[in-house]
Amino acid sequence: MSPLTITLQALLSHWWRHRLQFFSILVGLWLATALWTGVQALNDQARTDYARASAVLAGPTQAQLVPQGTDRFEQALYVKLRQLGWPVSPLLEGRLRLAGEHALNIRLIGIEPLSVPPATAIAGTPAQGFDLDAFIGSPGQAWVSPDTLQQLGLKGTDRVTTEDGQALPPFVLKPELAPGVIVVDIGHAQALLQAPGQLTRLMLMGDAATLPADIADRLRLQSPSDDGDLQRLTDSFHLNLTALGLLAFVVGLFIAHAAIGLALEQRRGLIRTLRACGISVRTLVLGLALELGVFAVLGGLAGVVSGYLLAGLMLPNFAASLRGLYGAQVAGHLSLPLEWWLAGVGVSVFGALAAGTSSVLRAARLPLLALAQPQAWLLAQGPWVRRQAGAAVVLMLVAFVCWRFGNSLTSAFILLAALLLAAALLLPALLDAALGGLERICRRPLAQWFIADSRQQLPALSLALMALLLALAASVGVGSMTEGFRKTFNGWLDQRLSASLYVTPQDTEQALQISDWLRQQPSVTAVLPSWRLEVRLQAWPVQVQGIIDHQDYREHWPLLEQSAKAWERLASGDALMLSEQLARRLELGLGDRLEFPANPVQPMTVVGIYADYGNPKGHLLVNADWLRGNLPEASLTNLSLSLPPDRVAPLKTQLQQRFALDDSRVIEQANLKAWSTEVFSRTFAATAALNSLTLGIAGVALFISLLTLSQSRLGQLAPLWALGVRRSRLVWLSLGQTLMLSSLTVLLAIPLGLLLAWSLVAVVNVQAFGWRLPLYMFPGQLLQLAVLGLLTSLLASVWPLWQLARRQPAELLRQFANEA
Amino acid sequence: MLVVEQLCKSFNTAQGTLPVLQGVDLTLARGSSLALMGESGSGKSTLLHLVAGLDRADSGRILIDDEPLDGRSEAALARWRREGIGLVFQQYNLISSLNVASNLAFQARLAGRHTPRWVDYLAERLGLAALLQRYPEQLSGGQQQRVAIGRALAARPALVLADEPTGSLDEASSDEVLALLLELVGEAGSSVLMVTHSPRLAARLARRCFLHAGRVQTEGV
Amino acid sequence: MKPETCVVMLVLLLGGCDRPAPAPKSFAGLGQDAAAYRQVLPEHPLIFPLDHGAHDGFRIEWWYVTANLTDTQGRDWGVQWTLFRSALRPGQEMKGWSSPNLWMGHAALTGPGGHQSSETLARGGLGQAGVEAQPFRAWINDWSLRGTDGIGRLRMTAGGEGFRYDLKLHSERALVLHGAQGYSEKSGKGQASYYYSQPFYQVSGEVERGGERIPVTGRAWLDREWSSQPLAAGQSGWDWFSLHLDGGAKLMLFRVREDQGMPYRAGTWISAQGETRALQGDQIQFKELAWTTQDNGHRVPTRWQVKVPAHGVDVQVDALEPKAWMETSYPYWEGPVRLSGSETGRGYLEMTGY
Repeated sequence: MSPLTITLQALLSHWWRHRLQFFSILVGLWLATALWTGVQALNDQARTDYARASAVLAGPTQAQLVPQGTDRFEQALYVKLRQLGWPVSPLLEGRLRLAGEHALNIRLIGIEPLSVPPATAIAGTPAQGFDLDAFIGSPGQAWVSPDTLQQLGLKGTDRVTTEDGQALPPFVLKPELAPGVIVVDIGHAQALLQAPGQLTRLMLMGDAATLPADIADRLRLQSPSDDGDLQRLTDSFHLNLTALGLLAFVVGLFIAHAAIGLALEQRRGLIRTLRACGISVRTLVLGLALELGVFAVLGGLAGVVSGYLLAGLMLPNFAASLRGLYGAQVAGHLSLPLEWWLAGVGVSVFGALAAGTSSVLRAARLPLLALAQPQAWLLAQGPWVRRQAGAAVVLMLVAFVCWRFGNSLTSAFILLAALLLAAALLLPALLDAALGGLERICRRPLAQWFIADSRQQLPALSLALMALLLALAASVGVGSMTEGFRKTFNGWLDQRLSASLYVTPQDTEQALQISDWLRQQPSVTAVLPSWRLEVRLQAWPVQVQGIIDHQDYREHWPLLEQSAKAWERLASGDALMLSEQLARRLELGLGDRLEFPANPVQPMTVVGIYADYGNPKGHLLVNADWLRGNLPEASLTNLSLSLPPDRVAPLKTQLQQRFALDDSRVIEQANLKAWSTEVFSRTFAATAALNSLTLGIAGVALFISLLTLSQSRLGQLAPLWALGVRRSRLVWLSLGQTLMLSSLTVLLAIPLGLLLAWSLVAVVNVQAFGWRLPLYMFPGQLLQLAVLGLLTSLLASVWPLWQLARRQPAELLRQFANEA
Repeated sequence: MLVVEQLCKSFNTAQGTLPVLQGVDLTLARGSSLALMGESGSGKSTLLHLVAGLDRADSGRILIDDEPLDGRSEAALARWRREGIGLVFQQYNLISSLNVASNLAFQARLAGRHTPRWVDYLAERLGLAALLQRYPEQLSGGQQQRVAIGRALAARPALVLADEPTGSLDEASSDEVLALLLELVGEAGSSVLMVTHSPRLAARLARRCFLHAGRVQTEGV
Repeated sequence: MKPETCVVMLVLLLGGCDRPAPAPKSFAGLGQDAAAYRQVLPEHPLIFPLDHGAHDGFRIEWWYVTANLTDTQGRDWGVQWTLFRSALRPGQEMKGWSSPNLWMGHAALTGPGGHQSSETLARGGLGQAGVEAQPFRAWINDWSLRGTDGIGRLRMTAGGEGFRYDLKLHSERALVLHGAQGYSEKSGKGQASYYYSQPFYQVSGEVERGGERIPVTGRAWLDREWSSQPLAAGQSGWDWFSLHLDGGAKLMLFRVREDQGMPYRAGTWISAQGETRALQGDQIQFKELAWTTQDNGHRVPTRWQVKVPAHGVDVQVDALEPKAWMETSYPYWEGPVRLSGSETGRGYLEMTGY
């Protein structure tokens, strides 16, 4: 047997005798990998699905022609362009309502396979195997991805009818197709969407020439840069999630690091004996590294499996909030390709290296002859604590710089990371100082021992306490932010949603008819029409809303900032109001002028800024008449109606019958509010779940640290026992020590958490979403978390202390016998 | 087989350089035994560590069968410890996670010279035959030191280095353990260099020498 | 669209294709519902200008113009303009996307320095492509063939990447009906098509290559053919010649190659005065003299010996550009040829199934 094998055998034999330590390291790496891969699995699934969505037709699509001011246009324009030699391919898109118990709503895309250019893959399907006759013929084919069918609760062999009784072509499964989408031939799409001869856009291959004048009136060129919005809009959402995942990863590594460090500490004697018996440093380090590798692989595999399960559990909420916030479709199930396993194990190996390298190096540098006294090591921690505090000061400087001068989401996250890390590094020094202060106050011998001994435990426990601090602070911070947001958002929604009924007509023409009809209804006290247009300001998609001058806005459209006579100036047509996020993006304030991209360009004064929570796009308000006059392509998309509550239901029925509007087009205020609130609570549900997991991990870290410590604690407790302190008393004293340390940590965690909450609402939110929230404090919540933190440490100490209490006096005695 | 010439070693301490060995000369013939005596801090253990290749001398030479030890690489020194010597410490230094049987055979297996019959014989002679499945913490001090002696002799090293091997034991078991050690060393054909401060124990070895102020002062016979 | 994607059109239009039949099901399907399409029958009089237009109910149909041209420097050029109509199912044309018709245009320009080709596709029912008889207009996307004076005067435009042409065609001469009054057999087993030509066009106009416009003049030949099942099973492809003899006579010859046995041969001798003589079987003799391997590996005969002893014709036919391969949904070879031997002249050669 080679020295390496024997070394490994000796090293690994340690774990057999210290199984809990073994599991601690494994659990640390496992949890770190699990949370990280879980979050990444969610993010990746979403990104893949965005890619699938934008790749319904992937190929050399350069640009698109879209209608001006309407949703659709007649296909004669397509034929005309083709006869002028334009390489365009028509598309018809729309929402399709499927018949069934639950009205299912799905996006239907009609494509024309003959006119797409040769290099185009349709729905990720290579041109091979494309059965043209079957696709465009009768009954045709409806392409759908298996996850969409699953979401709809359908089978591939089902024949489905629309709400108005038309049969969908038979399904053909296309796994590459975007979720929530059905692709059919354009002819079938026109029939299903009841849009004969209508198209929604033209894909343009190759370079665009100038459109003929008569077509330029109807269609406009949309450059390809307009694509990928979904990716951009959702970026901050995913970044938030990634940051949480990273936090969990770091906390997991704390566990592994603590356990590996303690294992090394316990094996100092072993390592020295091995060296004395003639094992070289190289062999030893190799053995330790291999051991670490085994941990990494085991932890990584377990982590990927549980990360996958975790992601699966969180996916429904996750998908729902993405759908609600951004209209993004994410599949209801995860895929787990081979790369995932590799990446998971890779992350675990990285984590193990991060957590264990310092220990391995310390083992390599261990002087052969130094006395293997733990006290010596603990004493050497003194300068270490000071060095950590120094690093913390540097990190706080970094945080300060990020806060003052940072202008991106990344810098906001660096601020958070620096803040948290600084606090964690500072913790041992702060606790040590606090204990030092207490030590001076205490006079009674046992109390003095109590404090002094706690101080001695500090280095061994500090990593676990750091984990607790981080997890608690994150809980406080995220909790304050979500609660604060809920409060702000609900107040804002109450104010903003003042109308009783919201109508979304099919087009401008119908909207005008409905508007005229409503004016003749005595029960309706106000009809507020909204004209809308999508434009781009500095490449950012912006919704322009044209409103009439009405008292309701003054009362129910809360403004964060406003100039004098803001509403009057808006009505006059030379001023506009911006949403908070748009104002930040364009760096505009009250009184600034914005060059509005009408024809000709109109300079407008900013007279108001309002909150527009949850809108990933920019939003601005102008006067409706001005909008119609300057941008005739604006369409009348919404009517808000005020009427007495008892008249709402009858009017809704009347409207639906008279104008053939379904439930999605006539919405009561309460439903709209419920829907909005639900979207947000789902969004924060994922955050909250990750957060409580992180707290759980910190608990595990503390538990493991205490457990490993209880072994070496015997040496400290035995003299007291010998001096006549009862064992049960010793146990209570130990428990008291743990609770004292964790209470101090909890006390520090609360201000840190509030600082974190402030960073989240005032820095991260502004960078991520463009809105700033007021910082609220929720004492009840803080108390709850503090108790939770203490409970966690109590639970963590119970088992190790029980072990301690079970010790036989002989074992304590042996401590003396073995003390040399 | 062992020749020490003009060996010097000093340590850096907070109070400045502390000279420990200042030109030590020593020889030990094959199969012989030598007790190294002297008061605390006289450099006995340091000398032993240097011979074991656990530390390096500042100047002077250590020759093993006429081959100098000082110039050897870290790997070569590890090999020397593995194959050339057996170490017995005052604190036993057993591997707590391995049982007695594994501890006994440990160094022989490392040296690649594991002969089960010899190890069985050692266990028998050391009175450990019934304790082979126990772990070190389940043994008494005397029993632990017997395991350490067995481990040191299992590979039949040319040289056994013992640092106060009975320092943790009472007088009766000290005598018994030492007698066993010397007997088994004789059977193994090894030489012994033993550090001790007890003249009573030193008297049982073939030769004795005293270290004082970093030099060999007298060599008793 | 890749070749495989157009399985339907490939099977319908050319029957024999240049690779093993990819979907036997399609052949079977073809045989089954062919009966639902209108059938080609002998002694069915062709009526003009009505028959210049599209024939709903027939499975396939084409308008095919080839032109042999010369520029002012005396260099030879060849131009091809083709519009195929292919019905996915029997029945009348319908408005909108449910039209049964698919349209496919092929255009090519062959001249000094090489051969360029292009393809464009369109669905029927929208007006994106179609053919109207009176006034005559055949078009697909931005390509067109427009007539005045019936089809006596035509303006023909098309193009692709790096080439375009715009030509005026003129002929006062009567149309030529092939086979028996336009009933042209394609095998001994009853497969046939309606087939007439106008081989006497005089051409002037310009071709454009790489942005350079070149004035050209020459002769052109229009072929019109429609059917529902032009080839029998076991027929693997055809070789088709349209030749302008310098003496003024025209010669249309083709053979349909059989997997087993002698190819089916037929043709029409058209005297300088426009009188026709149907030719069949051993009256026509073909012999491949030299083969050219195309850039994509297909081997195609590009030098032929052609004999029609009854009319004293024994000529060698050479491709002007031996690599006149059409890289279209279904690939084939089509290009201008030069005649030498008993007669001199120009013409076009089309070969499928290689």
